[in-house]
Amino acid sequence: MQVSSSSILPPGNVIQAQPLFLNSSALLRRKNGVLYCTMKSTSHSHTQTATEEKQQQKSPQKIKVPPQKQMKEVSKIGADYEAVIGIETHVQLSTLTKAFCSCPYSYGAQPNTCICPVCMGLPGALPVLNSKVIECAVKLALALNCRLSFSSKFDRKQYFYPDLPKGYQISQFDIPIATGGSIDLDLPLEFGGGHRRFGITRIHMEEDAGKLMHSGNGSYSQSNHPSQVDLNRAGVPLLEIVSEPDMRTGIEASEYAAELQRVVRYLGVSNGNMQEGSLRCDVNVSVRPIGQAEFGTKVEIKNLNSFSAINRAIDFEISRQVNLHSQGQQDSIVQETRLWEEGAQKTVTMRKKEGLADYRYFPEPDLPEVVLTKAYMDSVGKSLPELPEAKRRRYEEMGLSMQDVLFLANDIAVADFFDATIQKGADVKLAANWIMGDIAAYLKNEKLSINDIKLVPHELAELIASIKSGTISGKIGKEILFELLAKGGTVKGLIEEKDLVQITDLVDIEKMVDKVIAENPKQLEQYRSGKTKLQGYFAGQVMKASKGKANPGILNKVLVEKLNAKV
Amino acid sequence: MLSTLHSPRSLSRFPLHLTSSVKPRAASASSASSLSDYPPPPLPAAQSPGGAPASQILTVRRSLLSGSVTATQLAESYLSRLRLTEPQLNSFIHVSDSVLKSAQEIDDKIAKGGGEALGPLAGVMVGVKDNICTADMPSTGGSRILENYRPPFDATAVKRLKEKGGIVVGKTNLDEFGMGSTTEGSGFQVTANPWDLGRVPGGSSGGSASAVSARQCVVSLGSDTGGSVRQPASFCGVVGLKPTYGRVSRFGLMAYASSLDVIGCLGTSVADVGIFLNAISGHDKFDATSSKQSLFTSINLLESKPLSGLKVGLIRETLDDGVDSGVKSAINAAVLHMQELGCIVNEVSLPSFSLGLPAYYILASSESSSNLSRYDGVRYGKQTVSDELNALYANSRASGFGPEVKMRILMGTYALSAGYYDAYYKRAQQVRTLIRESFKTALETNDILISPAAPSVAYKMGMLVVSYYS
Repeated sequence: MQVSSSSILPPGNVIQAQPLFLNSSALLRRKNGVLYCTMKSTSHSHTQTATEEKQQQKSPQKIKVPPQKQMKEVSKIGADYEAVIGIETHVQLSTLTKAFCSCPYSYGAQPNTCICPVCMGLPGALPVLNSKVIECAVKLALALNCRLSFSSKFDRKQYFYPDLPKGYQISQFDIPIATGGSIDLDLPLEFGGGHRRFGITRIHMEEDAGKLMHSGNGSYSQSNHPSQVDLNRAGVPLLEIVSEPDMRTGIEASEYAAELQRVVRYLGVSNGNMQEGSLRCDVNVSVRPIGQAEFGTKVEIKNLNSFSAINRAIDFEISRQVNLHSQGQQDSIVQETRLWEEGAQKTVTMRKKEGLADYRYFPEPDLPEVVLTKAYMDSVGKSLPELPEAKRRRYEEMGLSMQDVLFLANDIAVADFFDATIQKGADVKLAANWIMGDIAAYLKNEKLSINDIKLVPHELAELIASIKSGTISGKIGKEILFELLAKGGTVKGLIEEKDLVQITDLVDIEKMVDKVIAENPKQLEQYRSGKTKLQGYFAGQVMKASKGKANPGILNKVLVEKLNAKV
Repeated sequence: MLSTLHSPRSLSRFPLHLTSSVKPRAASASSASSLSDYPPPPLPAAQSPGGAPASQILTVRRSLLSGSVTATQLAESYLSRLRLTEPQLNSFIHVSDSVLKSAQEIDDKIAKGGGEALGPLAGVMVGVKDNICTADMPSTGGSRILENYRPPFDATAVKRLKEKGGIVVGKTNLDEFGMGSTTEGSGFQVTANPWDLGRVPGGSSGGSASAVSARQCVVSLGSDTGGSVRQPASFCGVVGLKPTYGRVSRFGLMAYASSLDVIGCLGTSVADVGIFLNAISGHDKFDATSSKQSLFTSINLLESKPLSGLKVGLIRETLDDGVDSGVKSAINAAVLHMQELGCIVNEVSLPSFSLGLPAYYILASSESSSNLSRYDGVRYGKQTVSDELNALYANSRASGFGPEVKMRILMGTYALSAGYYDAYYKRAQQVRTLIRESFKTALETNDILISPAAPSVAYKMGMLVVSYYS
């Protein structure tokens, strides 16, 4: 920007000194545009995943209606009716600067500190497209198997709202950058599993709006300022992904969203965080009697801030609509926008659509057409990483179970760690077990991402090899693992430093066994009189004496021989 | 594309150079005082050998470098002339209070021996149309909705002229947001034509044209969406240049119709507007529609027959009925003059020409309805306190915008509405393509095309009920 953001901040000039009065009823009467309620207070780690959410979903205090019950209802009526679900997803791109100006954007920054004349919509300011936005769009389009437009354009979508500084949103209307793609995913096993492919209608580029901060929000509200505007988010680039109406259940829809999250994270175009509003889903649901060709009246659901909310909101909405159908009241299903209420676990009317909103789209005259060359598309195509679907199929071919495949491919950081480990020659199944077992547990306890730990894939491979070769026992392996996770270092170094090499020498082990047997005559007597369970006790004593280093196989063999030896 | 012709009196009979004898006259009977009573800036008479007005910018430069006059003296004389003439003219909405300071800085530079390093516009007094943003002065666009608004940045054109030594003397009056052709549509004041105080200066860059014409400044910036530089230049007898779209960055120009808006130059000679354009033009990374093509590097104004062999097309449709006979004869005189200079003049017909105005009205109104949405009373500008959101918008805009602006917003909103888009906006775009094609064809056989800038001379104030150009 020609002007540093600090120079425009003295509010006397630029920001209205007078209070802006807005009341909440005005908000509800709003016909155009969307207000996304993202909650600032929720401090969730960036690595929250669909899997974690499924775990949350099981916690009883959060949910009044157990999902199983709802599912049963749906399947009961599923014999007569079919739901049709389509999703519009907004993905906020993690470009360094906004879509049309050079302001950086950081989530949670003080209000109106990431703004400039362009994203404030000052008179005379003009948008200039950030080329990274095109790169992100092309990446996602290729990842979702879309057809790219060699020439697309921007349009203005016009409506008045205080969070929209220019009075229009720069978007793409009739010629989006990409159309006609698809996304592949595997449903989790707990929901029956299975592979699905859903169609993608289009992807287009647009800018985000700012946020309204209403009173009651605490720190920002002053007595005479019922509503204030934070324009930090205004102009942040978004990709809108519109799906075909291919989904039939809540779980299919939430898995579609989860797969989209994986794809944008794999591509590095967005952090995909739903709590921060970096990934927002608006869902359209309609219901029709099975066999009917035309769709039923569709209802849009907003305020879906998690995958489980998508799942439950849709299943609730399907039940609601099917119930109306089965009572002959399908006419009372009207085209409207409904809000998902997390507390009540139900959808409620937000606003009825009185005819289609007229956004008076027309081509944005301030921006030239977006022209893509074949060479550019090819070079972006070549730069794409392995995508979740390809990764899952590869893991499957390696012989991993679907459970393992889904876990490992869920988070690109985990998948990268796994891939690096097996590249160092580690056994595939063992590597998977270590990562999904002790390492995952450690990450969860310490609230860390796999990128935060000191353990490197090379050492995990070394650890697995050392156990496999018998250099150390599995038990010692675990100890070493936790040491490596917390402090780093090398497997070899730790083994030497702590003298942890497994004792495999038969004579050494026999000596230790003899000593333990000699020291426990009472237990020996009990053993020999039939209390063979005491073998474990002896093994424990020997292991203790060896400081855990005795090879358990050899130890047990020797122990059994000696315990059962005829005196 | 269209060259600007000035009226014959400014072309030959009344060369507008700064001599003590020839100045705009206040010929109106209603005007008691004559502007020619006021002293001109202390510059030597400047006239090129061919009789065309010479460059004031070059004269200023020579005078400063030779030490015959200081930038401060020059600034003081312009300011005193401005103060004396402004009560009758009202060319300016705001006059800068840092003119003398800027002039002093130039004098200091010269005193330190840095004279040769002076920018090409050093010491040149520039008027800036008030829809072009200036960081140190209010910028209202002639609208009450931006009363007292101060932008936090300079428009690129302003930044460039300042970097080259130009001194912004003030902000000139205009029809609100550039919508009008008389400057009577300003939210603040009515500007008079220096040649006849009872007549309008044209518009929408009326303040810029009037200020140059009355020597309140040397050159000025205007903006042209549908004739807003060319027509007031014609009305005020000065040279107005509307460059090709994209030649000058629009960054900092309050958008009226983005696909048509162009910042243009007004001056008293072709040389001056050429030098001025050179100073402000060029690609700007803050305007994605600014051209990357480089401009001509130099114009040799002293060459004896620079126009020899130049093929000139006179657009027949611009001399149809409805064009004053005086304008026609002025054009004919200009044609003769060009022929004397070696041009080959032919009439060309552009049958789609008459479609231009209706297409312009649809497109400009449509874009303006969108561009003016940002004046909503939320972040800056006039805000009418209301207890409900829609009332805030409605009251702020109702009290902030003038009637012409409201009409165009309504027209544009209508033209873009669902169900009407194809019939109006889309059709107008198709017409625009047709017109562009016909101009292209005409320019294949002609080097330049000429037409009058306006079908009449300046109207009397209050005469124009329906706006004609803007």
